[in-house]
Amino acid sequence: MGTSDAKATAAGSVGAAGSTPGWAYSPAPETTAVAIADRYGLFIDGAFVAPRSRRFFETVNPATEAPLARVGDAGAADVDAAVSAARRALPRWSRLRPSERAAYLFRIARRIQERARELAVLETMDGGKPIKESRDFDIPLAAQHFFYHAGWCDKLRYAFHGETPRPVGVCGQIIPWNFPLLMAAWKLAPALACGNTCVLKPAETTPLTALRLAEILDEVGLPPGVVNIVTGGPETGRHLSLHPNVDKIAFTGSTEVGKAIAAACAGTPKRLTLELGGKSPNIVFADAALDQAVEGVVSAIWFNQGHVCCAGSRLIVEESILDAFIRRLEHRMASLRLGDPLDKNTDVGAINSRAQLDRIEHFLTCGEREGARRHEVNGSALPTRGYWCRPCFFTGVQPSHAIAREEIFGPVLAVMSFRTLDEAVQRANNTPYGLSAGVWTDKGSKAFEVARRLEAGVVWCNTFNRFDPSSPFGGYKESGFGREGGLSGLRAYVRTDRSPARSPAARTTKSPGNNPSKRSRRGRA
Amino acid sequence: MPHLPVLKTYKLFVNGGFPRTESGRSMPIEDARGRLVAHLCRASRKDLRDAVEAAHAALRKWSQATAYNRGQILYRMAEMLEGRADEFVDAIRCTGARPTGRSRLAPRAEVEAAVERLVSFAGWADKHQQVLGCRNPVAGPYHVFSLPEPTGVVAVIAPDDPPLLALVSLVAAPLCAGNTVVALASERNPVPAAVLGEVMATSDLPAGAVNILTGLRAELLEHVAGHREIRAVSAAGVDKAQQRTLELGAAENLKRVHVRGAQPSDSWLDERETAPETIAPFVETKTIWHPSAG
Repeated sequence: MGTSDAKATAAGSVGAAGSTPGWAYSPAPETTAVAIADRYGLFIDGAFVAPRSRRFFETVNPATEAPLARVGDAGAADVDAAVSAARRALPRWSRLRPSERAAYLFRIARRIQERARELAVLETMDGGKPIKESRDFDIPLAAQHFFYHAGWCDKLRYAFHGETPRPVGVCGQIIPWNFPLLMAAWKLAPALACGNTCVLKPAETTPLTALRLAEILDEVGLPPGVVNIVTGGPETGRHLSLHPNVDKIAFTGSTEVGKAIAAACAGTPKRLTLELGGKSPNIVFADAALDQAVEGVVSAIWFNQGHVCCAGSRLIVEESILDAFIRRLEHRMASLRLGDPLDKNTDVGAINSRAQLDRIEHFLTCGEREGARRHEVNGSALPTRGYWCRPCFFTGVQPSHAIAREEIFGPVLAVMSFRTLDEAVQRANNTPYGLSAGVWTDKGSKAFEVARRLEAGVVWCNTFNRFDPSSPFGGYKESGFGREGGLSGLRAYVRTDRSPARSPAARTTKSPGNNPSKRSRRGRA
Repeated sequence: MPHLPVLKTYKLFVNGGFPRTESGRSMPIEDARGRLVAHLCRASRKDLRDAVEAAHAALRKWSQATAYNRGQILYRMAEMLEGRADEFVDAIRCTGARPTGRSRLAPRAEVEAAVERLVSFAGWADKHQQVLGCRNPVAGPYHVFSLPEPTGVVAVIAPDDPPLLALVSLVAAPLCAGNTVVALASERNPVPAAVLGEVMATSDLPAGAVNILTGLRAELLEHVAGHREIRAVSAAGVDKAQQRTLELGAAENLKRVHVRGAQPSDSWLDERETAPETIAPFVETKTIWHPSAG
């Protein structure tokens, strides 16, 4: 389970339909039938309820544009109801015997495993990602996250250097659409393990697996109100992040929205962790094992259609091997199979939404207008319906080009070169982001020298896009603050200071302005 | 013939030297009876920028010094402070603005605690990595470890009291981890901070690793909050409005902000002030993966 993930893309298949050379693959659709209701309410206080807003929105299959379901659009009153339910559930949940909290989390992990196939199909239908990625990466890793954190529940007092950790309180958690269930697990599992209660807001375009998770929470008998799930768009997220009775906000999404949330929380007692955008460098030295490096670059940028915050979207190759490397990369790109996400041979699925496709196409135009050269394999026709973008890369990219600076969040790679190690590091760090980085070299001392100098929260040496619940993930600089995963990830969900916890019944925020004790609120939260 | 005392003019401590403020402004410091004790610089936004530039330039050298070397330099600072203990006692005493009541520290006790604090953080320089870092047991053939790395330039906003011990505590924590520091001294009694600059200057600390400004908090806070080269802020004795100013400015480049409210002077003696939790806000966890099988 777990880290064998990106091989799904990297190991890939050879000879894609319509590309040179090769054979056409017969269709191999995943046939598990998944029941989807016409309409879903909000999951508040242990039950699905109709939104008080009386509004619903449609979620569509991005590969076909077919509507899948109508989902509740939570308004201010709905968010308020969810926060109140979480507040009411807090005293009992936070004082529950730790091993009992653990028992619930273990059960959730097991139920996710048992319903894995159904969740994988649903994830692929709602989000457009290839079934082999949702089946082999998203869902198993989500289960692993609950399993890992379940084990922390009764060990927290050994984890913080003699400090006694206490729950933070009610956590508002806002997650993106690129790994919907996995991001829900990243947020909920550590929060619950530490005794907090949660209000989770899934992304607008991918609400369905979170709602399935709500069913699972109900099945395992999680006490009402411990987790509440409010679906909706940016307005719903805004209500949640501004709600005065929320003690902590955890947000994964764009840097732009992250900064707005940070500004909105300024001067309030809310704690904050942000996991934001990236423009991660992938550095290939001439002494690297080149075939492995090519596979690594493929998984770095074309895994999940490039909808990955830590995607290796800037390839920085040593000049002496640049041409040879580009040839290999072009050849490998030609073998990627784009098409029906439910087909088990598909490497590249659908773009998540029309809006995202527009954004990617904007950058493709930008790249060409600014003078870079686009490499793309035009073998097969794109499906006529749905949102599609062929994997591609640009050469002749200058560091000042938009495609080298801005997060595209699509299957678009910018290739640049370097001559010296210092130049590679300087180019890699020349960005306000700092989420991840890759280094490819066969020389150990060089790998660690570069890893040390890169300003990135995760550095993959001779690998890329590996994840594990025991391993902290999160950014430097404008990629956000706080870590998720491992012992570091628990810090976001405990307080070790001596300030009094907010009374469970509190209706208004309490200013700690004159509180004599220490308050660690931002940063390494 | 009676000796006419020489009134010392204290200057800023920036990039290893003692410049006057470029603004030419100064603040008079008076003792309890209203007699002039000294003049101090009233730092401007430009002085802050110069200090940040120096701190940024010093970052590579200081963060890449060996942890052992950083520990030795912090210990050297403790030695230099101890050697000038009497001067610091006078510096703490020199104003009448100190708070009274049960929480106040005796000047001698404050100086001794400041020496001990530096010694303690000298020890942390090569130990916090093992307490805050770890190897991660991932489910796959990878060697994966997480290390604390310095965040970068850290701005310290010191509280009014205790003027020496709080400043030393707030500076030593990020400094021992390899960050460089721009500190704004106690506004009510900045004299010990000005003397501390002389200690720093004689402790083998690379120029720019610590910079100390004296001036008005209200004037400089907003500029600290908004400066893009500052990566983290450690502020104490902060009221709600000041917290908001800091966090609002910090949102522009997502600075890490660590604020404390008012706290009793004697709470700075607490042993928790040397806990690894005081260092943790000023390091970034970097996780490195490497395959561990052919």
